[in-house]
Amino acid sequence: MGFAALTIAVCLTAPLIGSTPIHISRVFDRTIPFADNVDAQVFFVARLPRVLASVLVGSAFAIAGVVFQAFLRNPLASPDTLGVSSGATLGAVVVITFHIDTAVLGVSAVPVATFAGAAGALGIVYAMSVARRRGTSSTVLLLAGVALSAFLGALNRFIQVIGDYTDTFRSIRWMMGSMDVGSYTDIVVALVPITAACVAIGTLPRELDLVSIGTEAAESRGVDVRRAERVALVSASLLTGSAVSLGGPIPFVGIIVPHIVRLIVGADHRLVLPAAALFGGAFLVICDVIARTAFGAAGMPVGAITAFLGGPFFLWLLFRRMR
Amino acid sequence: MAAVSTNALTGGARDRHEVAKSWFDRLTTGARPELVVLRRAQDDPEICRRVERCLRVFVAVIAVLLASAAPRAAASRVISIIPATTEMLFAMGAGDRLVGVGTYDRFPPEVDRLPRVGALLDPNVERILSLRPDLVILYGTQADLRQQLERAHVPYYPYVHRGLADITQTIRSLGARVGVEAAGNALADRIERQLADIRSRTGSSGRPKTLLVFGREPGTLRNIDASGGVGFLHDMVETAGGANVLADVKQQSVMLSTEVVLARAPEVIIELRYARGDATTAADLRAWDALPAIPAVKNHKVFMLQGEEFVVPGPRVVAATERLAKTLHPELFK
Repeated sequence: MGFAALTIAVCLTAPLIGSTPIHISRVFDRTIPFADNVDAQVFFVARLPRVLASVLVGSAFAIAGVVFQAFLRNPLASPDTLGVSSGATLGAVVVITFHIDTAVLGVSAVPVATFAGAAGALGIVYAMSVARRRGTSSTVLLLAGVALSAFLGALNRFIQVIGDYTDTFRSIRWMMGSMDVGSYTDIVVALVPITAACVAIGTLPRELDLVSIGTEAAESRGVDVRRAERVALVSASLLTGSAVSLGGPIPFVGIIVPHIVRLIVGADHRLVLPAAALFGGAFLVICDVIARTAFGAAGMPVGAITAFLGGPFFLWLLFRRMR
Repeated sequence: MAAVSTNALTGGARDRHEVAKSWFDRLTTGARPELVVLRRAQDDPEICRRVERCLRVFVAVIAVLLASAAPRAAASRVISIIPATTEMLFAMGAGDRLVGVGTYDRFPPEVDRLPRVGALLDPNVERILSLRPDLVILYGTQADLRQQLERAHVPYYPYVHRGLADITQTIRSLGARVGVEAAGNALADRIERQLADIRSRTGSSGRPKTLLVFGREPGTLRNIDASGGVGFLHDMVETAGGANVLADVKQQSVMLSTEVVLARAPEVIIELRYARGDATTAADLRAWDALPAIPAVKNHKVFMLQGEEFVVPGPRVVAATERLAKTLHPELFK
């Protein structure tokens, strides 16, 4: 409940905060045509899409983190552990470096390619989880994911080195992440897979609880571990891919937000999942507000803020518990 | 004694002054009468002034002697790994002294005949040394390469790009270093004159509030990079008769949000495209229509200029600045 209140409060206040003062009465003044209404454009084009994108991306990363950490039974697992985020990045880097994005007139091909890259990596992850024989531990999947992630990362760097320096600059810029999406189309497009994945994961809280204790324990309680695992990993990868294609590979949210939430609400996934979604969203909105206001006209990539804020906060939470 | 010298090394100016004074005292106290005279001279302001004047002349003479007695030999095998300095050398007629260029050097076309030796991030030290250069022009931040060249006793010239005025300054010092001082000075004078011409030509008309964008994701308004209030791009806008809307942001490149663009309300937006293989057309500028409240968008003053000369702060800045001026003040260049 507290998390829901926090998220709603944050989402309602965030569009009101910005580097430019606007009058909320002017924003909703229908008598001024939109084309001439600067305040309305600041609100509806510059701020509201950012807030919505931040909520969506933050929630998606946080849920994906919860699922990965539970199913891989590893507290260090994150949305990038299985290489999905690296695959998405590869898609973006390829499109930027080889100027494929200019071919599609009027539509940025970067999010599309990003999602395609994530889907490719997801296919490999899926094949790995299917090929896994009974009895192989999740450690194998984890290691395979780390290897895939490293391999895709190497491909990224290779392409950046052979590319023109101006393109390399652009792809590094993309990798810093940005919530300034500027249009609602991107958000709606990302919303579809994110909703589907959330629904799928929503059926699994009991399985997540049991599997995070151990596969044997889960199986003895009648859980079809392999089926649950497949649904969970594919959904979490889908979340990661959509989030990266919308906002870029934002670090930290997917690995730490699940831990922060567990420290507060405990280990029951029926609580952890919605709490992580809400807190992850609110957290990224706050980070984005800081990114776009605290540094004047020159913005700061939101990815730099997430770890800068979240790191100390998590340490504080951790040590407060230990005392 | 040891304590004193350590103090002199590590302490501040005050400590060093104390040490010097104590040595002077030690020298001048004692039985030797000629040193007592010195001690008295220390108290006489007239003598002090004369001694000071003599010392100044002495230092100046030494400096002149050092400068003329050891002139660095003109370079005949030069490697330049920075596009801007490569263009400068060709423009001052010293292109034939180049034996290697950087991976990103493309202008003038003659560079294609020269071996490539890497660039800012990946200089190939082995290839650089194998070309037996007597001067390597590198970027100021390439600390590793500098160290390696020092070890190999290969002289280098560290270059850093900053403002428009630094371009001609670099041309002058590079010309002197390579041994074509007159040609370097002539080129620098010509560039300065041409830039001054553009400045005076546009000076009399109004200065539109201009946003100079040098990076944006095609098709959207995401990841906008624009010129801040320092650097050659900013200087070019101001010389071309525009007022940079980000002049107060003291950074070369500014990551811009759509909100800040709306707030700054530029009257003209100029987008630069310079990447090789970039086939973006002016149709891509329609992305700006999402923000019709911007005066530049409302009045159809959003332009796209293509060309590598906008990102290479070399001799082509004149042409680049002129193109900016023509875009900002078409009425003056009919």
